Amino acid sequence: MSRVDVKKTYKLYIGGKFPRSESGRSYEVYAAPSGRSRSAAPKFLANAALGSRKDARDAVTAARAAQPGWASATAYNRGQVLYRVAEVMESRRPQLVQEVRDAEGLTPAAAESVVSQAIDRWVWYAGWSDKYVQVLGGLNPVAGPYFNISASEPTGVVAVLAPQESSLLGLVSVIAPVIVSGNAVVVVTSAERPLPAITLSECLATSDVPGGVVNIITGKAAEIAPWLASHRDVNAIDLAGAAGADGVDWGALEEASADNIKRVLRPAGDGADAVEPDWTQTPDLSRLTAFLETKTVWHPKGR
Amino acid sequence: MSTTTDTAIDATARARDLLGVTRLTNQALTTWLHGLPGVDQVGCEARAAALGTRSIKTTSKKWAIDLAISMIDLTTLEGADTPGRVRGLAAKALVPDPSDLSTPRPAAVCVYGDMVETAKKALGPDSGVKVAAVATAFPSGRASMAVKLADTRDAVKAGADEIDMVIDRGAFLSGDYLTVFNQIAEVKKACGDARLKVIMETGELVTYDNVRRASWLSMLAGGDFIKTSTGKIQPAATLPVTLIMLEAVRDWRVLTGEMVGVKPAGGIKTSKDAIKFLVTVSEVAGDDWLDNHWFRFGASSLLNDLLLQRQRMTTGAYSGANYIADDSPSTAY
Repeated sequence: MSRVDVKKTYKLYIGGKFPRSESGRSYEVYAAPSGRSRSAAPKFLANAALGSRKDARDAVTAARAAQPGWASATAYNRGQVLYRVAEVMESRRPQLVQEVRDAEGLTPAAAESVVSQAIDRWVWYAGWSDKYVQVLGGLNPVAGPYFNISASEPTGVVAVLAPQESSLLGLVSVIAPVIVSGNAVVVVTSAERPLPAITLSECLATSDVPGGVVNIITGKAAEIAPWLASHRDVNAIDLAGAAGADGVDWGALEEASADNIKRVLRPAGDGADAVEPDWTQTPDLSRLTAFLETKTVWHPKGR
Repeated sequence: MSTTTDTAIDATARARDLLGVTRLTNQALTTWLHGLPGVDQVGCEARAAALGTRSIKTTSKKWAIDLAISMIDLTTLEGADTPGRVRGLAAKALVPDPSDLSTPRPAAVCVYGDMVETAKKALGPDSGVKVAAVATAFPSGRASMAVKLADTRDAVKAGADEIDMVIDRGAFLSGDYLTVFNQIAEVKKACGDARLKVIMETGELVTYDNVRRASWLSMLAGGDFIKTSTGKIQPAATLPVTLIMLEAVRDWRVLTGEMVGVKPAGGIKTSKDAIKFLVTVSEVAGDDWLDNHWFRFGASSLLNDLLLQRQRMTTGAYSGANYIADDSPSTAY
């Protein structure tokens, strides 16, 4: 007697839990064409939850609730927790490699390399947790007997449109810099390549990241992004995933973001064109600094 | 509806008439209350759950949100209540949403007796927002009758429009219904023109049958409102308990022609929850109760969620806590 396969249900990641979409919808995810299979019909991979605006709303509520606690954890502790995520990703390497291969149509060697880079990228950002304040903050010279100190603080709740093409390396490159400083994040994944994001959420759920710090919604950016852009309880939005997303006008999203003066990180590219950057390049601190505020404190110096 | 009245009547005489006895004894009350049909627990919970699945959208939702706001008894009942905090709550009741002055005002501000004067002064004479005071050794109700009556008279004298009393659950649970009856009837007399809400503290009554009996006993003794909870005990206002109370007021109206109000209090935090209650009111008691004279929510954080939803429907964008006036409300209610 043959065994019946136990198929995995891919769900959302909101507030540390894995709910189905509030809308009850799902959509089919197919493998990217590659190598010999390029001419054949695309391979069916899984059904993923098709997130709705209400899922996004719930995710923002969860993120808002989790953010103060995460921000008040010590920098050292946040670094440790994020490093733990990299450890768990390493332990799931074969699964991540397979999913990246399927999603992006890569060779096994290329997929291995992408997963290695993604884990390294996570560690790179984790290492910044107790360093960026020293690099970015400092003692300001002022005309008076005062210490004048500037220190970075997280912006709050950040919405992120994850890259459409790079399903893991790109995803890590947009999530890690946001949360390392103590922000909470609501991520809308790549529409066609959501599975590595869900696996990443399973890594997050099993590595001491408090529920609600990272919330992952699979689905279409065109449907969800306008609600996040206009959401008054979202403090910043990263539009990286507007590049190559069907029906997403990032200019309109930036306009909607103006209502509550959100910080907006525009997608790469010139003018109205959004292009996806080359995520294999070694990053600088710009994605981290984009979601920081500066608090300046005056203190009497005495003599 | 025309036969409804809030005016004080001789509760004992009426109870004798209704029970068909010449002298109101504990035994007569026990026979009558235990003769009420038992509550089908599974059926009641299933019905409450089913009523909670109704989809209320767009214009109906807008209407329901405004109605729910107008039904709130905005509450702060903390040991740490200060006059400033009560004034803050009153200011919020007067202008719930400074960004949208078309927002209706809640029905009342609910405070401890010693804060009535402060609340009354902050609300002014013609705001339409009433002041409700908890009395009779709230929340436990463990005090002598003299203390309970003094507590009530104090609040009424300070200008309270409504009195929220607690029943003696100890007496009720030990079967001493006559004591509970007499206490409610006496407090009702002490209320004068103020409306009396009778808190049954359903979380301590153990069974649904007891909730039904306590509801009937409270109405029989002259309560103008039956209220679920103090908000200090969990579980507080659940939908099944409120459903049983709504059935009781409906049946009471059939029996006597009088309407009695219902007030679930405690644990109702979201607009979604509030709308479930409104659906239940409409389906069980009838639309006559969809008015803040007959139905109230005892809540504090509920108002903020209703305001968020209201802003969402007005502006088309999801709103956040930064856009709601912070009155630092009590979370216990």
